[in-house]
Amino acid sequence: MSKPAPARLRCCDASACRNAGGLALRQALLAARAAAGLQPTSLAIGAVGCLRLCGRGPLVAADGPGGSRLWGGLSPEQAALLVAAAWVDADPPLALASPQASPPASPPTPVPPASAPLASSSDPLASYRLDLSHPFFSLQQPVVLEHCGLIDPDCLDQALAHGAYSQLRRCVRQLTPEAVRQEVRRSGLRGRGGAGYPTGLKWDTVALQPPGPRLVVANGDEGDPGAFMDRTVLESDPHRLLEGLAIAAWAVGAERGYVYVRAEYPLAIARLRRALDQISQRGGFGVAFTGTPWPLRLELRVGAGAYVCGEETALLQSIEGGRGTPRPRPPYPAQRGLGGAPTLINNVETLAAIPPILRQGGDWYAAIGAGNQASADKPASGATTATLGSRGTKVFSLSGAVVHTGVVEVPLGMPLRTVVETMGGGVVGGAPVKAVQTGGPSGGCIPAALLDTALDYEAMASLGSMLGSGGMVVLGPHTAMPELARYFMGFCVEESCGKCLPCRAGTVQLAALLDRFVAGQAEAADLDRLEALCAMVKATSLCGLGQSAPNPVLATLRHFRPEYLAACREEPRWA
Amino acid sequence: MASIGTPTQRGCSGAVAGDREAITRLIQLQGDDPAALIEVLHQLQQIEGYLAARSLHQVARQLRLPLSRVYGVASFYHLFRRTPPPVHCCAVCLGTACFVNGALELLAVLELRLAQQARAGGWVLERMGCLGACGSGPVLRLDQGLAIRVRLAPAPKLDAQLEAIGLPPLGRATAR
Amino acid sequence: MGVITLSVNGAAVAVPSGATLLAACRSAGIALPTLCYLEGLSPVGACRLCLVELEGAGRPLAACVSEAAEGMVLRTDTPQLVNFRRMGVELFFAEGNHVCAICVANGCCELQDVAVAVGMDHSRFPYRYPQRSVDASHPLFSLDPNRCILCTRCVRACDELEGAHVWDVAERGSHCRIVAGLDQPWAEVEACTSCGQCVDACPTGALFRKDDTNVTSHPQRQRAALLQEARQRHSWRNQGPPPP
Repeated sequence: MSKPAPARLRCCDASACRNAGGLALRQALLAARAAAGLQPTSLAIGAVGCLRLCGRGPLVAADGPGGSRLWGGLSPEQAALLVAAAWVDADPPLALASPQASPPASPPTPVPPASAPLASSSDPLASYRLDLSHPFFSLQQPVVLEHCGLIDPDCLDQALAHGAYSQLRRCVRQLTPEAVRQEVRRSGLRGRGGAGYPTGLKWDTVALQPPGPRLVVANGDEGDPGAFMDRTVLESDPHRLLEGLAIAAWAVGAERGYVYVRAEYPLAIARLRRALDQISQRGGFGVAFTGTPWPLRLELRVGAGAYVCGEETALLQSIEGGRGTPRPRPPYPAQRGLGGAPTLINNVETLAAIPPILRQGGDWYAAIGAGNQASADKPASGATTATLGSRGTKVFSLSGAVVHTGVVEVPLGMPLRTVVETMGGGVVGGAPVKAVQTGGPSGGCIPAALLDTALDYEAMASLGSMLGSGGMVVLGPHTAMPELARYFMGFCVEESCGKCLPCRAGTVQLAALLDRFVAGQAEAADLDRLEALCAMVKATSLCGLGQSAPNPVLATLRHFRPEYLAACREEPRWA
Repeated sequence: MASIGTPTQRGCSGAVAGDREAITRLIQLQGDDPAALIEVLHQLQQIEGYLAARSLHQVARQLRLPLSRVYGVASFYHLFRRTPPPVHCCAVCLGTACFVNGALELLAVLELRLAQQARAGGWVLERMGCLGACGSGPVLRLDQGLAIRVRLAPAPKLDAQLEAIGLPPLGRATAR
Repeated sequence: MGVITLSVNGAAVAVPSGATLLAACRSAGIALPTLCYLEGLSPVGACRLCLVELEGAGRPLAACVSEAAEGMVLRTDTPQLVNFRRMGVELFFAEGNHVCAICVANGCCELQDVAVAVGMDHSRFPYRYPQRSVDASHPLFSLDPNRCILCTRCVRACDELEGAHVWDVAERGSHCRIVAGLDQPWAEVEACTSCGQCVDACPTGALFRKDDTNVTSHPQRQRAALLQEARQRHSWRNQGPPPP
């Protein structure tokens, strides 16, 4: 590690910014630095993980004596200007495009800040500056993403310098597995993949199975369209996931584990692979890393394009090299999983929350967002505690018709409105928000009138949606709800594994029914048929995919029924 | 590994479905482990561009798996191809964010536009699940590259943008 | 091995521990409809017709894959279950091309029997009329996928009883279909021993013996159970009628 340089440019090297030309910009910056005769010691330029505001990429942050500044949407031609700007002292920040700002006329060109009284006309990069004090950044509480955007995801030393693996080391050397699980129970952490099952309870279930081998699996098959939280973690801080997974392995007594990542994330796969190589180059998780001869072995498995593999029993099938078809539960994987051994499966974000929970303590985590809770319930401290609550932070990916798209990590319990309107800036063009789609194809829609709903598991579920994995797609006034429902049903038709009848044949019939509504050719009886079939598919499907496939239909029916009624022809054909 | 799931540059004519020894070695590297079937198929597709029946047969034999099991897995996952890849592929992301920003309308435009080109050889239009580039939708994948923010616009403007990102110009239906 | 008592539709039933809910219901004399389940093969819980409601459980359970537990209170005949089952059978009919009048299994078809049992007089869902082609390459048997309901009994029979694993499911979702080998004509798959286990297990007329357009006279669906018992317990019940 070189000593912290007086000035440093952090170039976002996560896939959104890469797609927007981040790589070329970084190379141009390196060339511009050389051209300016500056040394890496005086101006460091490095790749980092996600800088959050993905919609304005490529993002570059500068750290200097005057604090941090952020630019978005720069082209390689502007590299020299940026090097000069980073080198000179920081000036006061400018406003991020405010919610009242007019929509970008042609999106690739950045929005000039509407209210930029401080803009010095002499700064040629003024219109590319993004305000780090904007709520989009200032309301975030990075826990899972604490090092994301600060460290080079390909560099183990940087991760170590930020404390990576220090909690794993502490666990292995000083804590019993029971003590680790106790801390996780106290945190009240619940599965971040969507189901919200208490993590501590799941760990206990695996740990307390009869003696024998156990396995751990990190589920990185993030398939919900509109969700990219796990990708952010994997691309920005892969060692964080590996540490969380290793701690989980310690806590349940596993010596083998897998990270399963969807094949659609090539950059995440490459970074994980490198991270795993870095570990094995240092002798694995044994003596070199933890000071004890602990034989933990972690392997990477790559999916091949199947949404259903996010379902845990299907994921196990896929890891074993088979068709990703779910099997009935019980037995749960925690009882009988890979090769018949008890297997712990946790979502990537869940595992990435583990190291800070151990560092700061479960109570610290449980206190996050506690002030937001409607009921003053106590943090879940025991496996049998009835009140689960929604504690800690959650990463959401904000996209759709919203002004500021990107990744946010906020305390649970925050009102949805704060995320969508205050942080996200509302709908592009200043139009009103029509609804917010959460939970992907398993979730539903929260209409604008209910935007004050708190982001917590129970509150969202009570509205017929779900907190889900964290995808949040903002819908403007032009999105027709039957069309949205048809879109998600089409997704489920495509992704149904075909094993059980209701999901295989029922979703096809539901899609056909919805087609009639989209075309305005439905009859009143179709609405009954739609609801009856939704109920049947929901109740009788084998796995979560089928059981939740009708949710987008049911949620839009619940909150936007008039749109369905309007799509019915006035009189039935036979009248 | 970085190009997993993306069609290789080799088209039908260039596909080499003959290097039996290379396949043998890659399966051996996986320890002849039946649980590595998916990884083996990934690497096989990397080499040959698609999963030819002959190669699947070899995989089954070497991993000691039933043929129908191998075929069942190869046909279950979207990213495995059982036919040679097209010379050029334009895939439209149909993730929710892209959908909200007009991906379906874009798909319709591209369908019309590429209808001629498809006949002339070369371009194939595909639909694709969410790429996770939700911040910059609608997104197209053109062969190896990604085109972002391909928003629906009046014809001349959109045509110009599509041409700029590498689609064949209208009217001149030739493969690049 | 202990005994478990539970209640099915109000009647008390005792079953050995480890028994499934399906076994419990059947021992109570209740004929739950099943299509993917076949005694002698591992259960998969795919057809979702043997659903039962368990008091205190959120959603119905597939009886064939759920283990009985002490004190369970089950119902098999609630209006909701009856409705779901009928819709399920309608979905089966609508997704394939089931034409009883020209089917070899007419009269001994389990799908037909279930349709009668659930009182299906028509399908409320439009028929999909999929395009599927028949494989008549095998010298003894044929596969007509138009009549296939994807119960996967043939896949399991071939794998678990014969050990040949000629069949498997290919594709996914509504495109799922049964394939032999690498999606080859049946006759080309060398693994096939022509044992006919798949044909005997098929609940419909999807797999049938050639030159036998009326299987009503000798359905062999109990063969899987007899063979499994012979293999695992070395106990033979499949002697057939005594010699004259």
